[in-house]
Amino acid sequence: MSRKTQALAALCAGLMIAATGCGGSGDSGGDDKTITWWHNSNNDPGKGYYEQVAKDFEKANPGIDVKVQAFAHEDMLTKLDAAFQSGDVPDVYMERGGGELADHVEAGLTRDLSEDSKDIIDQIGGSAAGWQVDGKTYALPFSMGVVGFWYNTELFEKAGITAPPTTMQELYAAFDKLDKAGITPVSLGAGDGWPAAHYWYYTALRACSQDVLESAVADLDFSDPCFVQAGETVDEIVAKEPFNKGFLSTPSQTGPTSASGLLATGKVAMELAGHWEPGVMQGITEDKQGLGEKTGWFPFPAVDGGAGDPTAQLGGGDAWAVSEAAPDKAVDLVNYLLSDEVQKGFAENDMGLPTIPAAGSSVKDPALADLLKVRDESPFVQLYFDTAFGESIGGAMNDEIALQFAGKATPEDVVTATQEAADKEK
Amino acid sequence: MSSEATTGAVASERPHRPHDGWRKWAEIAFFVTPALALMALFVAWPIITAARFSLYDWKGLGPLDDFVGFENYAEVLADDVFRDAVAHNMIIVVGSIIVQLPLGVAIALLLNRKMAGQGVLRTLIFVPYVLAEVIAGVIWFQLLQPEYGLVDALMNGIGLSPPEQGWLGTPEVALWVVLAVLTWKYLGLAVLLFLAGLQGVSEELYEAAQLDGASWWQTQWRISIPLLGPTIRTWCFLSMIGSIQCFDMIWVLTGGGPADATTTMATYLIDEGTNRHNYGIAGAASVVLFAIAFVMALVYQLVVLRRDTKEAAV
Repeated sequence: MSRKTQALAALCAGLMIAATGCGGSGDSGGDDKTITWWHNSNNDPGKGYYEQVAKDFEKANPGIDVKVQAFAHEDMLTKLDAAFQSGDVPDVYMERGGGELADHVEAGLTRDLSEDSKDIIDQIGGSAAGWQVDGKTYALPFSMGVVGFWYNTELFEKAGITAPPTTMQELYAAFDKLDKAGITPVSLGAGDGWPAAHYWYYTALRACSQDVLESAVADLDFSDPCFVQAGETVDEIVAKEPFNKGFLSTPSQTGPTSASGLLATGKVAMELAGHWEPGVMQGITEDKQGLGEKTGWFPFPAVDGGAGDPTAQLGGGDAWAVSEAAPDKAVDLVNYLLSDEVQKGFAENDMGLPTIPAAGSSVKDPALADLLKVRDESPFVQLYFDTAFGESIGGAMNDEIALQFAGKATPEDVVTATQEAADKEK
Repeated sequence: MSSEATTGAVASERPHRPHDGWRKWAEIAFFVTPALALMALFVAWPIITAARFSLYDWKGLGPLDDFVGFENYAEVLADDVFRDAVAHNMIIVVGSIIVQLPLGVAIALLLNRKMAGQGVLRTLIFVPYVLAEVIAGVIWFQLLQPEYGLVDALMNGIGLSPPEQGWLGTPEVALWVVLAVLTWKYLGLAVLLFLAGLQGVSEELYEAAQLDGASWWQTQWRISIPLLGPTIRTWCFLSMIGSIQCFDMIWVLTGGGPADATTTMATYLIDEGTNRHNYGIAGAASVVLFAIAFVMALVYQLVVLRRDTKEAAV
């Protein structure tokens, strides 16, 4: 017995040593010839495409060795968190922008790309704003989407809705028509928090002017009455009761009874979601088609009486960043990743929505092409507020908005809770 | 220890004595060190680290240099979500014992009788406990889906109306539903322990009672249950500790929602630490959780379990 325990203990000790040994493997090796690159395109064609991209880069830059590591998305986030804490960050990695990036910049982990990637930043234009801190650009967005309503064209037709709603009044009229036709209008995964918060973000985007929003992000000031006004519009939407039964505990994307699942299986007519929605729906349905031909998309409607631009969009994306300790060649790799050529391939392989204008026409999916058009025509794309403010403020904000959807918080409570969380950061 | 006898035999050889003591210590050290090292690394060190984090404002990046004293504790203790979480934990502690104790004793007494299908029944009661918690959680999550889940479908079928927002989506009922699932999951352990306890009751006592003309009820009430006391007290202790740390089932079923109706101290920790990177707050909350669990365990040991441990020691 004791010998067994002994052996077990020895084994555990061995594993521990092995584990600590592994901890250092994210190291860039410290030499100028090796570039480590982490990404989350874990499935083909994306995975194979990025391997090819790395090979092409190696060919064009003799002597350089690109070490590509593909992770499942959640795994990558966990690994990155650990990497940031240890200060041992991969040379090229993904940034979601906003408060999280600002923290990394403050800790001196992320390299300023303003000068070295100037051409590309100019091409990307306003979309790069989410990855800028104090006027400097620290990461290059390679995929950027906007949030809008994904809908089932067949169910809309059945309910007699001829054109997608463009104002809140038309949206409410659509709810009524769907209700009369016996169709649940909207699915909402409020169990995850952020899907409910996206409604508030959009109503805030419609209620507040760009200046107010910019200063809210920069100075963490939510005193403008437009933020309360945003919550009032949310109350108005919730009062129409358009959501699926049990939306407070519905998950956003997992399984057929999640918000995406309900839309994909024709149980509801629409859902407010990002550009990822077709991919998520395809993953949920058995035939891997999602809604297929019946997929439609329209932007969040205009709200009467708001100071915000009715064509401004809420969105976010992923950007390539270079760690402070990386070799200079890593910057070349990132610039290559944002070249017309790689962005076109990226779009052709359905890996996301390219940010370089020249690659826009390579997006084949008609609904995504609609979305891309709206994105490019919008005066600015507001980064998801929770990302923009960082996890701490964003988390508190999303929680309070979820409470509002449950009827347990007022529009004022949301602003107060957000301001309180923000004051702790100052 | 038998060592006294053996050392007695070699006691005449004086120089060996300190050597023997040293050998004994070396032996103990040899066997205990690995376990102790693991304990220090995976139990003691994390506790110390959490306590250290709790005194700083730290987002998980860079050096630990923003010392804030007990500010995080003040914030945690003033946070309504955390207070509710503690209340939810206490409801689970009390609710588990109030429901599972009588139910567990009753089932154990029934299953202790000789009857057909005894083995099958015992297995059925015990299966949920063996099932991995997350798997059990996912199964119940699916069963409890609003509108499309089996529970709602069955209720609709017999003309009852389930809550509009679903069992897990209605803030007023979610915690009770979670408690019901926890009861289903952990009843098996109570029954198993009580059954084992009943095996320890001497057959002679039953025979004597039978000779005196005691009914089955009297036998259970006057003999079985009192003699089950130590087992019940130990089980209560285990149940209490489990309830205070309750996490997995809640995380899978509700994630602490809806509207924070089912948060526990453990879900609060994950939310503040892992999700929001407020490691100082999470550290303070974990120290509070540790303190509450520690004090409860200590008081229980001193007040309730003292009798049992004393008896065992004699």
